[in-house]
Amino acid sequence: MKKTQLRKFEFSLGRVYGLVLRYWYLLKGSIPRLLELAYWPSIQLVLWGFISQFFLTQSSALAGAAGVLIGAVLLWDILFRGQLGFSISFLEELWSRNLGHLFVTPLRAHEFIAALMTISLIRVLIGVGPAILIAIPLYHFSIFDLGLPLIAFFVNLMMFGWAIGLMVTALLLRVGVGGESIAWAMIFLIAPVSAIYYPVAILPDWLQIVAWALPPAHIFEGMRAVLIEGTFDFGFWLNALGLNMLYLTIGGATFLYNFRAARRDGRLLQIGE
Amino acid sequence: MPQGNPIISVSGLSKKFGTVHAVDDINFTVGAGSITGLLGANGAGKTTTIAMLLGLVIPTSGKIEIFGIDMLKNRHAALARMNFSSPYIDLPQRLTVTQNLTVYAKLYGLSNIPARLGLLAEELQLSNFINRPYRTLSSGQKTRVMLAKALLNEPELLLLDEPTASLDPDTADWIRQYLADYQRRTNAAILLASHNMLEVERLCDHVLMLRDGKIITQGTPAKLIEAYGSKTLEEVFLSVARQDQNGAVAGPVI
Repeated sequence: MKKTQLRKFEFSLGRVYGLVLRYWYLLKGSIPRLLELAYWPSIQLVLWGFISQFFLTQSSALAGAAGVLIGAVLLWDILFRGQLGFSISFLEELWSRNLGHLFVTPLRAHEFIAALMTISLIRVLIGVGPAILIAIPLYHFSIFDLGLPLIAFFVNLMMFGWAIGLMVTALLLRVGVGGESIAWAMIFLIAPVSAIYYPVAILPDWLQIVAWALPPAHIFEGMRAVLIEGTFDFGFWLNALGLNMLYLTIGGATFLYNFRAARRDGRLLQIGE
Repeated sequence: MPQGNPIISVSGLSKKFGTVHAVDDINFTVGAGSITGLLGANGAGKTTTIAMLLGLVIPTSGKIEIFGIDMLKNRHAALARMNFSSPYIDLPQRLTVTQNLTVYAKLYGLSNIPARLGLLAEELQLSNFINRPYRTLSSGQKTRVMLAKALLNEPELLLLDEPTASLDPDTADWIRQYLADYQRRTNAAILLASHNMLEVERLCDHVLMLRDGKIITQGTPAKLIEAYGSKTLEEVFLSVARQDQNGAVAGPVI
């Protein structure tokens, strides 16, 4: 491969850090934004926590599911916030009409993606962290009791959040801020087949095929295996990881294709509010 | 041909958006140490040309070399040595001036950022509002911040899209003087698109006039004024802008 071709694949941590700094400045400069990050996951957790407490009083069969529900709420929020953190940070560039400035610097598209992934991770930690901590004294449920499998679930959920985020941003590059609501709604399209609160077996046969083709079903089934049976099913983890690799590749390719199309059609200059 | 070795070399450059020829087979060079004006009516193809030079728009055909680097194959190598400012592309509104400049300094890989920001703040008189959010600044202040962003990496090539648009005469004059001084001090090449003919006459040593995506004429401002038998560059501009496709001069639209 020629030297000029290799330059396209250069990766600068400094440039990634610079862009992460841009999103971090935005976050730390707005208390309402910071509070809003933690607000929804915490409310969600409190609500589902009390529903679980209610189950505890009703049936011994349901009692076993109480911790599973809280775990599911927290893990789902990691996925949802991961995707949203990626897409919203990209939307910030559209809202501020800043893409034209960013891409006349030596910043590469893949460095831009890396920065969006990093800030999405930071936003998840800020957003879901308080909910995780609230669950410990309030419901005597610690997600950390999952032990090492928690890391495996977390990594997989973040990866899938980024994959969806890449597809959403690719779409936004094509349709502009008019497609903003997609950033919020897209993930809910797969929620029914993600087996968050119920096992995949509940779904009709044809939907089970769809569910197993997506990483969340493997992650949430894996979570239930840990919480209910106390076993970590390596197969679920591997399946989720493999599927995530596939969806990240598809997401990355879609983003890069649409980025090039935006350059071809002159949209990088015009895109914005 | 403008002075100095060519920093920009464009040949057969075209851009079609659907059926519209935004830029149509243009050829030009910009030499080191020159200030070249890109003139034309709205929709003549100035912004598209600049966007192609920056790699923001992919040409339909043609070749662009900047610093001898093929921009279609390896634009990032050239982008580190050039910069750009336009009043039509914003900086993040909620970030302060310092935050904005710090982010861009990192993107350009600058090492001693506080020192560079301090120098630019002094030269461009940003100190009084350097910690204010960008959205709270006046047009003149925003233009100076944009210019500071464009000068962060001490570019050897500066592309400016209407650098004094919507500024009061005093601020506009100040910006022009600063640009002329910067060019003299660094021997950088500057390509600027402008609708202000006095600005172009004062700053530019070479002018490219575009209409309907084509370069209609080019030369030094003095030679163009002479060639068109005009008194000012504005008259030349109007002459070029009102020519129809067959070269006949149309009357003014009332």
